[in-house]
Amino acid sequence: MDDLKKLRNTLLEKMKFRENNQNAQVQVQVKVAMATCGIASGAKEVMDFMAEEFDKRNIEAVVTQTGCMGYCYAEPTIEVKLPNNEPVIFGWVDLKKADRIIEKYIRNNELVEGIIPLNFASIDDNLNDETTERKKQIRIALRNCGVINPENIDDYIGRDGYQALGRCLTELSPDVVIDQVKKSGLRGRGGGGFPTGLKWEITRKSVAKPKYVVCNADEGDPGAFMDRSILEGDPHSVIEAMAIAGYAIGAEFGVVYIRAEYPLAIERLKIAIGQARVLGLLGRNIFGTDFCFDIELRYGAGAFVCGEETALIHSMEGNRGEPTVKPPFPSVSGYLGLPTNVNNVETFANIPPIITKGAEWFASIGSEKSKGTKVFALAGQINNVGLIEVPMGTTLRDVIYEIGGGIRDSREFKAVQTGGPSGGCLTKKHLDTPIDYDNLIASGSMMGSGGMIVMDEADCMVAIAKFYLEFTVEESCGKCSPCRIGNKRLFEILEKITKGNGTLEDLEHLRTLGNVIKDTSLCGLGQTSPNPVLSTLDNFFEEYYEHVVDKKCRAGVCKSLMKYIIQEDNCVGCMACARNCPVNAITGEKKLPHLINQHICIKCGACMEKCKFNAIYTN
Amino acid sequence: MESIKITIDKKIIEVPKGTTVLHAARQLGIEIPTLCYFNLGDMNIENKPGGCRVCVVEVEGRRNLAPACVTECTEGMLVNTHSIRVLNSRRTVLELILSDHPYDCLVCAKSGNCELQSLAQKLGIREIHYEGEKSTYRKDTSPAIIRDIDKCIMCRRCEMMCNDFQTVGVLSAINRGFQAVVAPAFEMNLDHSTCTYCGQCVSVCPTGALTEVDHTRKVVNALADPTKTVIVQTAPAVRAALGEEFGLEPGTLVTGKMAAALRQLGFDFVFDTDFAADLTIMEEGTELLDRLTRHLNGDTSVKLPILTSCCPGWVKFFEHNWPDMLDIPSTAKSPQQMFGAIAKNYFADKIKVDRKDMVVVSIMPCLAKKYECTRPEFAVDGNPDVDYALSTRELAHLIKQANIDFLSLPDEDFDNPLGESTGASVIFGTTGGVIEAATRTAYEVFTGKKLEKISFEELRGLENIRHATIDFNGLPINIGIAHGLGYARKLLEDIKAGKSEFHAIEIMACPGGCIGGGGQPYNHGNSDVIKARQTALYKEDIEKPIRKSHENPFVQKLYEEYLGKPMGEISHHLLHTHYFDRTNEVIIDE
Repeated sequence: MDDLKKLRNTLLEKMKFRENNQNAQVQVQVKVAMATCGIASGAKEVMDFMAEEFDKRNIEAVVTQTGCMGYCYAEPTIEVKLPNNEPVIFGWVDLKKADRIIEKYIRNNELVEGIIPLNFASIDDNLNDETTERKKQIRIALRNCGVINPENIDDYIGRDGYQALGRCLTELSPDVVIDQVKKSGLRGRGGGGFPTGLKWEITRKSVAKPKYVVCNADEGDPGAFMDRSILEGDPHSVIEAMAIAGYAIGAEFGVVYIRAEYPLAIERLKIAIGQARVLGLLGRNIFGTDFCFDIELRYGAGAFVCGEETALIHSMEGNRGEPTVKPPFPSVSGYLGLPTNVNNVETFANIPPIITKGAEWFASIGSEKSKGTKVFALAGQINNVGLIEVPMGTTLRDVIYEIGGGIRDSREFKAVQTGGPSGGCLTKKHLDTPIDYDNLIASGSMMGSGGMIVMDEADCMVAIAKFYLEFTVEESCGKCSPCRIGNKRLFEILEKITKGNGTLEDLEHLRTLGNVIKDTSLCGLGQTSPNPVLSTLDNFFEEYYEHVVDKKCRAGVCKSLMKYIIQEDNCVGCMACARNCPVNAITGEKKLPHLINQHICIKCGACMEKCKFNAIYTN
Repeated sequence: MESIKITIDKKIIEVPKGTTVLHAARQLGIEIPTLCYFNLGDMNIENKPGGCRVCVVEVEGRRNLAPACVTECTEGMLVNTHSIRVLNSRRTVLELILSDHPYDCLVCAKSGNCELQSLAQKLGIREIHYEGEKSTYRKDTSPAIIRDIDKCIMCRRCEMMCNDFQTVGVLSAINRGFQAVVAPAFEMNLDHSTCTYCGQCVSVCPTGALTEVDHTRKVVNALADPTKTVIVQTAPAVRAALGEEFGLEPGTLVTGKMAAALRQLGFDFVFDTDFAADLTIMEEGTELLDRLTRHLNGDTSVKLPILTSCCPGWVKFFEHNWPDMLDIPSTAKSPQQMFGAIAKNYFADKIKVDRKDMVVVSIMPCLAKKYECTRPEFAVDGNPDVDYALSTRELAHLIKQANIDFLSLPDEDFDNPLGESTGASVIFGTTGGVIEAATRTAYEVFTGKKLEKISFEELRGLENIRHATIDFNGLPINIGIAHGLGYARKLLEDIKAGKSEFHAIEIMACPGGCIGGGGQPYNHGNSDVIKARQTALYKEDIEKPIRKSHENPFVQKLYEEYLGKPMGEISHHLLHTHYFDRTNEVIIDE
């Protein structure tokens, strides 16, 4: 433990030296956000380019990679720190821009466009500070993402890494560790919101041995990337927390169940595990104590249902990824029938700060029954798409308008979908709802793992519900009848409605069937899959009604309900539309008003485009 | 044991900890409907994936409905099994299942025995509110079993039988979501898999998704053909179960009525597989004694234990799994095939009929027998020793189609010479019976002494693995018995590891032996049915004047007239067989 502290202090000195060195040239620090999303937008090229150019132009600078900074809308992003200056984050950095940043900002300290204001408070900030409050975000789980080089354990240790594990092993008994986690009020971040400390306690009390710690990294919600970002940006935080969990429950073996579609996260995890082993932070007799712990990876094939813990365990065992009825809970009978503690990536990432900064500190953040922060992948029709971390209890309005920068193109906000494919769609009246587990459920949605998709007037809520149902129909494992067949039927009814063939009876059926599926399904997937339908029925009934009775889709999304119509008064009979119709749906004599045959029309819009007289409109 | 008090439908009951709501309710006389749940408790068979959701009940304080089959009772639990919420949900769930099921009940093989059909009837479903696309799959026909998985409702019973009980591992859930269904891996054909055709999947299937290949039309045609001499043989377990198809209590013996019905159907000779069972004992018993004697004389090349080889499912299982141990099972053919060989050689000669003009039909409690009779080594120039193997169920259909009032038939006897049998052969139909029959003969031949007590109670029962030591005049003979291929596997792994202490092992693939065979009337998860059939066979054994195979006068005569001696040259040719390495027979379809 002392060794670790010494190591940490030297590393910290080194990092400070790196950051505060008086030598003006050495002080230039460039960090490039190199998570999957950054790399996909060209971050690797930018990083190579900058390193090369610094070399060529004789600028002594250090270029390092780091994890996701959270500004997805502005990838690639880089952080530049000049001597005696606060770090500055630049977005939309391509090679040209990188060149300008080097020439203008780094060489001459002239500002370049595309600077992104820092929009979050760090874990070390004073929580009662006014500026902290103004920033709306506090990064606890993401504390190191975009800050450290995820492939360098020194960076992690320099930021208090493995202090928590050291403290647990040398100063705290397992019961005290569990007590701390319980007192912190931390609840499972995978969606269920089960109190983490209680789960650890139950697993600890289970008699059978050996026990297992499993990290659920099977993030499957479409559009969600919280867990991936943590693993890509700060893998050690998860490794450290798993070891702490192992110590607390009495397990020597940990497994990260991670989807094979996350190659970068897998690679960085592997590197991190290797580094931790070299320093003796994993393996035998950690910190010179009796405690031994090691971690192995298991790859998931990408089945959404394998995020459900019993299904995940069956998949780990090599069986079909299917849930089983609980009880027995995995804490009692899990992997190979032995007590297994399954926590999500984000849950684990919160553990080390709880130990180092104290349960009270953690519990002071958040709302009454939901403590701490929650990471969201903010997406949809919003200006600042990104990865955010807000204290529990933050309102949807703050998230959408303050952090998200409001709706794109100044359009009207319509709905926000939380909780992934089986969450619900909330509407304007919910904008001031504080986000936490219980409030979201009370308003007909759920926390889920942290997907948050914002919709505007151009989105059709029936089509949205159909989109999510299509996903759950695909991803149902097929074990229980209501989920296997019921969701398919829900989807078919929605399809019928969007095609313009729906009846009022169908709306009735959607509701009854949706409720039965929720009430009778075996696992969380089926118990929540009708949420998108039920919540849109509740909050946007008029849109359903319009589809069914008026045969209209106000957002213009449901093509089958759309009609191209020629306004006789404006039509001069120029025949341009008829000539350009690919299916010959338009008839009419020259110089006389034309007519579109609705049975033939394929709604391609070519006629409207060609009409010079504004004679064609849609309903 | 800790007991728990719960209230179901306002009735209070105290049950041991661990009891499910379903069982507690049954004790109170409350019949919660089930579909995927299946239980043959006495043979350690239970299927409760909690998947169909038909048995849902309302538990006070619980957010959603609870499946009664897997929900354990907890202290003070308040359960309502027929609240409006439960009734509506149950109906809707059943409607959903029906909405993805073909509506061809009129022509479905399972009609009248279909649990889905009876459930729809019980819940009074008259309309399905959620019609939509139906999942469709390729139909797969094998020598014994037809898979029409459009009718699969994912109850997973077959999967449980195939994997957990039989450890054959052919059937399992494939695909996801709406397309999820139980099938062999990669949806390959059964006859390209390691399927043993034990038929237990068919036995437990609640719908028509798994049924036997029906040969009744072929038999009717043969009976109507004046140029054919049609001979029938009936396996021991059939007589203890056939009556169920006509409304008789399980365990009612209908040996005499069955013979009468077969005669009325037009079979030229009504014989008994039991005769061949006695013959099997002569051959297999002799082989056992031969190996035993050589072993005792220090011959190390001799393989012990000897394994019975009457059960075709077991034989195929063995061929797939232990190709390096093919010299362990007895080389004696099964009674069905011994009968076929004797009929088409000895008897055909005797009545001067060309084997090509003779049709041998067997009535079997088994579906693997359909496969066994098609094995090429059991044919001469393409003419099989046994032409068609009908299941007990198929025979019942045949009798009904022929307008025979089965219940009012007088008892008749089998024809001779191939219809005479002993008590020893009757008990072939139950687990432990073959080895008991063999022991009766082997004891008397080996010791030269008459048995004082013919029944060996120590070999009887329904435990999945049993063993007993029989004193052969001072020489202890260790006998092992297993029914269920998963249990057989355990004994085989011991042999392979050199840990087996047995001299002889009897193995039957099906639960309870042939009485629980894949071709028997459906038991719908009632193990009392199988027990009653077992009791019936032991009863017939006791009532038989001759109870030891070697005392069967017609068997003795057959050796005198034709075969010479057991394991002699003709016997070897007609009554023994050999086994094949089938490890390379599994084909993955493109």
